[in-house]
Amino acid sequence: MDLSLTEEQEMLKKMARDFLDREAPKSYVRAMEEDERGFTPETWEKIAGLGWLGLALPEKYGGSGGGFLDLCVLLEEMGRALLPGPFFSTVLLGACTLLEAGSEEQKKEILPRVARGERIMTLALTEPSATWEAKGVHLKAKAKGADYILDGTKLFVPDAHVADDIIVVARTGRSAKPENGVSLFLVSGKAPGITHTVLKTIASDKQCEVVFDGVAVPARSLVGVLNKGWPVVEKTLQRAAVAKCAEMVGGAQRVLEMTVEYAKQRVQFGRPIGSFQAIQHYCANMVTDVDGARFVTYEAAWRLQEGLPCAKEVSMAKAWTSEAYRRVTALGHQIHGGIGFTKEHDMQLYFRRAKAAELAYGDADFHRERVAQQMGL
Amino acid sequence: MEFSFTNEEQTFREDLRAFLRNELPRGWTGGREDWDNDVFPVAQQMRKKLAARGWLTMGWPREYSGMGAGPVAQAIFGEEMLYHRAPGRDQFGLRMLGPTLMLFGTEEQKREHLPRIAKGERLWCQGYSEPGAGSDLASLQTRATRDGDDYVVSGSKTWTTGAHRADWMFLLARTDPAAPKHKGITFLLMDMRSPGVSVRPLVNMVGDHAFNQVFFDDVRVPCTNVVGETNRGWYVAMALLSFERSGVEHVGAARRLLDDITRAARETLRDGRPLTADPIVRHKLAERAVETQVARALAYRVAWLQSKGQVPAYESSVSKVFGTELNQRIANTGMQVLGLHAQLEKGSPRAVLDGVLRSYYLYTVAPTLYAGSSEVQRNIIADKGLGLPRA
Ligand SMILES: Cc1cc2nc3c(=O)[nH]c(=O)nc-3n(C[C@H](O)[C@H](O)[C@H](O)COP(=O)(O)OP(=O)(O)OC[C@H]3O[C@@H](n4cnc5c(N)ncnc54)[C@H](O)[C@@H]3O)c2cc1C
Ligand SMILES: Cc1cc2nc3c(=O)[nH]c(=O)nc-3n(C[C@H](O)[C@H](O)[C@H](O)COP(=O)(O)OP(=O)(O)OC[C@H]3O[C@@H](n4cnc5c(N)ncnc54)[C@H](O)[C@@H]3O)c2cc1C
Repeated sequence: MDLSLTEEQEMLKKMARDFLDREAPKSYVRAMEEDERGFTPETWEKIAGLGWLGLALPEKYGGSGGGFLDLCVLLEEMGRALLPGPFFSTVLLGACTLLEAGSEEQKKEILPRVARGERIMTLALTEPSATWEAKGVHLKAKAKGADYILDGTKLFVPDAHVADDIIVVARTGRSAKPENGVSLFLVSGKAPGITHTVLKTIASDKQCEVVFDGVAVPARSLVGVLNKGWPVVEKTLQRAAVAKCAEMVGGAQRVLEMTVEYAKQRVQFGRPIGSFQAIQHYCANMVTDVDGARFVTYEAAWRLQEGLPCAKEVSMAKAWTSEAYRRVTALGHQIHGGIGFTKEHDMQLYFRRAKAAELAYGDADFHRERVAQQMGL
Repeated sequence: MEFSFTNEEQTFREDLRAFLRNELPRGWTGGREDWDNDVFPVAQQMRKKLAARGWLTMGWPREYSGMGAGPVAQAIFGEEMLYHRAPGRDQFGLRMLGPTLMLFGTEEQKREHLPRIAKGERLWCQGYSEPGAGSDLASLQTRATRDGDDYVVSGSKTWTTGAHRADWMFLLARTDPAAPKHKGITFLLMDMRSPGVSVRPLVNMVGDHAFNQVFFDDVRVPCTNVVGETNRGWYVAMALLSFERSGVEHVGAARRLLDDITRAARETLRDGRPLTADPIVRHKLAERAVETQVARALAYRVAWLQSKGQVPAYESSVSKVFGTELNQRIANTGMQVLGLHAQLEKGSPRAVLDGVLRSYYLYTVAPTLYAGSSEVQRNIIADKGLGLPRA
């Protein structure tokens, strides 16, 4: 058992914190909430320059061959800084999925360009039914000559408005089991017949409605095997859920630190509010939530990386961390009093993102049901 | 990062499990308290067998009669023992006094006591609390007055678990009444057969005789039985508490209870369907399972810190609060899920889980109080962990 980071991970963490403090201060985070794209090309280029986009990609595709744990260390820092932009969608939803299931040709064409920061990717999975299960996939892909024609609507697709490539989860066959008959297609974000609308979300992140109206894609844009796409989606969802947890751990840690700092300084009734036992016990509860979230998240990440069975641990991590982050931000607000309720204060940035992160890739109820299944209930 | 156990640790866990399956009496369902009449004889047998294999002190260094396997192995031992509801550990000697003597004891004290703890020959009890000194331990009043080469001890201790079974007690006594509260306390080792020691049973809410009140009527304790320095016993006492709080026991107990409740819920039919078909039941059980995973991570973090030579500070308190409160939630969930049948006592023809759940539900009241209440733990986390200002 070794719960520490490796020396390289410590370095990565430190470098990431320095960079994000400098390049993604809260003024940037706030500005990007209003920005149409949600990030600046300059920041994106710098991120690519640091090698982060290719961190977990093999060297032969222009990456640096890191593991999933390295990626989680980085995401924890990004979550702490609330870095806006399509890093998560490009790497976790796009590149990792392609790496998992794409053809050699697809990987060679796309992944090195992702690593260089030249291509933004995302995954279009959920639909108006807003479920993370196979039965929610209705968007149709019909074979027509050498092409497939895509028709349907995808919802809550992160960063589709800026994506060069969208991996679209489509229904290609009817079967008694909804898991059968799902296929993945690699589609240009600018293909004729695609329209997107950026939705106004609680976190002011860029989730989109994407309508596919007779979008024609050649058969070679199929990712993986026809009708056998769902296990690939499941894998992606597992990685995304744990990666989202890593972001949440970083955010929760920052809220804890911010709140403890405030409790030490804010004086009421002639003494720092941090000396009141009620406040101290809230803080003690916060640290328990954060520490617990960190270890269940890293355990799930470690299992994923090592290729061990991990369905239960992944769901446990997402169920716990989703609620822990929300509790931590809620207590952070309680301790901050009125000041935290203002737009100028950073608390609100975390509070809003905590809720969005909870809802992404399955909320606590969703994952508890999965845990129940894994327990044989 | 590496969440797995070493091959040696894994093998130890499996060997211990196999041993417990073979050696525990048929149909054994526990037994949370070793000291009660029903359990004590089994505890003594198990203790001897575990000691013969060197497992009682698996994690202790070899120079102190251990097997040198380290804190993680010691945690595995605690987790598995509690998971199997196996009696026989003497937690006071093994987990608390042993490691404390290694830090603060004289050569003579180590030689006298450590091998006997390792062999399971000498049972200990903890004389900390008094009727007027619970959470505010430093307000204790038991006096030890120097007389030649002895201290003469008078006063009373309460809630003393196992005092009626123990051979020895480690206790705190006031040796300098004029000094500030924390500065006049000394840590002593006392033979329970010394003249002047008397033990009065206290029966707990479950109906077991586990704790006691102990009276000292001018009991003579040789000065060579002082651990650490005279009047500086508080630091020794606090080090011992940090060993007491590590928390993995609570996780072992929690996992077992949840497994039992889950099995019972799966096997119990209501309107022809198992209770676990009910989404509310599924989610409650799953929620407790998620929390158990968190508790386990927090507990093994403490063992891991110890294995790196660090002394856990707030981390043990986090683990203790979370683990003990989790046990209350699990027991409560079990009572709610299994319903009316869950209230029945062991031996009742319609009892579920042989009445274990009922007694466990009652027992879970205590661990959020002893070894420092949850409130006191949260104070420690805020103070030592987060550096918040004192009141
Ligand atoms: C939406 C909104 C509208 C408002 N409207 C008005 C208005 O119209 N008029 C007006 O006058 N005010 C208004 N207020 C101010 C409101 O009354 C204060 O926010 C409130 O009194 C708390 O004070 P504070 O924000 O300075 O927090 P603080 O007093 O600094 O408290 C911070 C934290 O410390 C805790 N704390 C403080 N003292 C103790 C103690 N003794 N023991 C334990 N914990 C303690 C608090 O409970 C809180 O958790 C409004 C506030 C909000 C958020
Ligand atoms: C089953 C059992 C076995 C035990 N075995 C032993 C043993 O073997 N040896 C031994 O020495 N002792 C033992 N104890 C005693 C145990 O350590 C004490 O019960 C514990 O320290 C609490 O003290 P108290 O019961 O006097 O409660 P009190 O200290 O009176 O506390 C009552 C309530 O007040 C709260 N409180 C007290 N101080 C504060 C504070 N500063 N801030 C906030 N809240 C506070 C407590 O958290 C609690 O909720 C045992 C207790 C139990 C229940």
